[in-house]
Amino acid sequence: MYPTNLLQTSTKVVLASVLMLTLSGCPFDDDDDNDTVEVPVMPMPEPEPMEYSYMIEVVNLTNAQPMSPIAVTLHADATLWTIGEPASSALEILAEGGDNTDFLAQEPIIASGSSEGVLMPGNMTSVEVSTTDEMATHFSVATMLVNTNDAFSGLTGVDLSSMDVDSSMSWTLGTYDAGTEANTETAGTIPGPADGGTGYSDVRDDVDFVAMHPGVVSMNDGLTSSVLTQAHRFDNPTLKLTITRTK
Amino acid sequence: MKTKLFASIALMAATSVSAQDIEISVTNLTQGTYFTPIVATAHSSELALYALGQAASPELQAMAEGGDISGLVSVLTGADADVSENPAGGLLGPSASTTFEMMNADGNDYLSMAAMILPTNDGFVGLNSWMIPEEAGTYTIYLRAYDAGTEANNELVVEGSGAPGVLGIPAAPGGMAGMNGTGVTDQEDNQTVHVHRGNLGDDDATGGISDINNTVHRWLNPVAKVTVIVK
Repeated sequence: MYPTNLLQTSTKVVLASVLMLTLSGCPFDDDDDNDTVEVPVMPMPEPEPMEYSYMIEVVNLTNAQPMSPIAVTLHADATLWTIGEPASSALEILAEGGDNTDFLAQEPIIASGSSEGVLMPGNMTSVEVSTTDEMATHFSVATMLVNTNDAFSGLTGVDLSSMDVDSSMSWTLGTYDAGTEANTETAGTIPGPADGGTGYSDVRDDVDFVAMHPGVVSMNDGLTSSVLTQAHRFDNPTLKLTITRTK
Repeated sequence: MKTKLFASIALMAATSVSAQDIEISVTNLTQGTYFTPIVATAHSSELALYALGQAASPELQAMAEGGDISGLVSVLTGADADVSENPAGGLLGPSASTTFEMMNADGNDYLSMAAMILPTNDGFVGLNSWMIPEEAGTYTIYLRAYDAGTEANNELVVEGSGAPGVLGIPAAPGGMAGMNGTGVTDQEDNQTVHVHRGNLGDDDATGGISDINNTVHRWLNPVAKVTVIVK
């Protein structure tokens, strides 16, 4: 059990079905008012499209791992990565270099938003995302820990369809490894301020599947070729995320 | 009429309390470690595979040091627990998943699970007495890595060291480990079951203090995801 609700899954299916049954009431009423009302036929006005708006607040919980611009996406029931499966090219670009352009432009994404700049440790930022598309029932968030080879934090495929206006959900999130770049921590391979090296490269020289990140080692903990120091080490969770439905 | 409908649903839920069909999926979330054969069990509140802060049983020690679950299986079976032995059919590799079904007998309301983590001296992934919900649904649990407290974490790969009391890591599947290390430590400070401090490793494949690779064989918790579908 992981007490900090990492990627918490809630299950309210049964409760919801019970509520539905009780709320739907009786198909027949028996109030004996056998009145017949002639309902005049009137053209139905075109309904205003329903707007779904969400505010996503993110806090960087690490010591010295700035987070790349936070990518927030709404989409249908899907996941944008899976443990044990190769990362998409869009995720590889985000996780190795922090550039979320391709990630936000992926085919299943209906609506998206991104924070302005890098989210520094200890800081909070918020991103708003809105849609009128009823298919946009799920959301995903991703951001790179920029002083790493290919670490990212986030969550994917979370169902929002039962969220009421003004309700919130909150998580503390663990850290994934895209599996697309070996965690060498060497000079020139890390895009963050610890190195200023290359971000994305299309070479895949690692396990080529997404897993949880093993953490950075650093030069102070036995990896002599690392440009990272003890300050760049992190533990889970690395991100706190709250989503509030505003409309 | 509404009240009646509600009452009949409550009654249905109440009658399904005893034996349950459950489907369990286990995912190794790590990038570079392997789980040895898993033992999963539904048991009564009288049993536990381990207790944090208590010394490991000899059966738990055999599992954590060498991946041998036969002792745990025999104790559990003798105590009328429902047991799934080695559902993954061997090692569960990095990021791999296995899915299996169990039926728990009346009174076996708690789910537990354990498997050794390779390469470690006596590290294991564990789930301890998670109460199986009566309500049908899908539940997700994240598991940590524990240290059985029975062997010093010297981090040296030594053939045959899976036997209880023989110091060393019995195997490093995946082929990324080193050799000829001098040994990280010969002390085990906390000799009870505790949260594993993680592998140290080093960056020297032919020497150094550890045979473990520090960019491959470390982990952060959680190390496993368990999804339980109560039918």
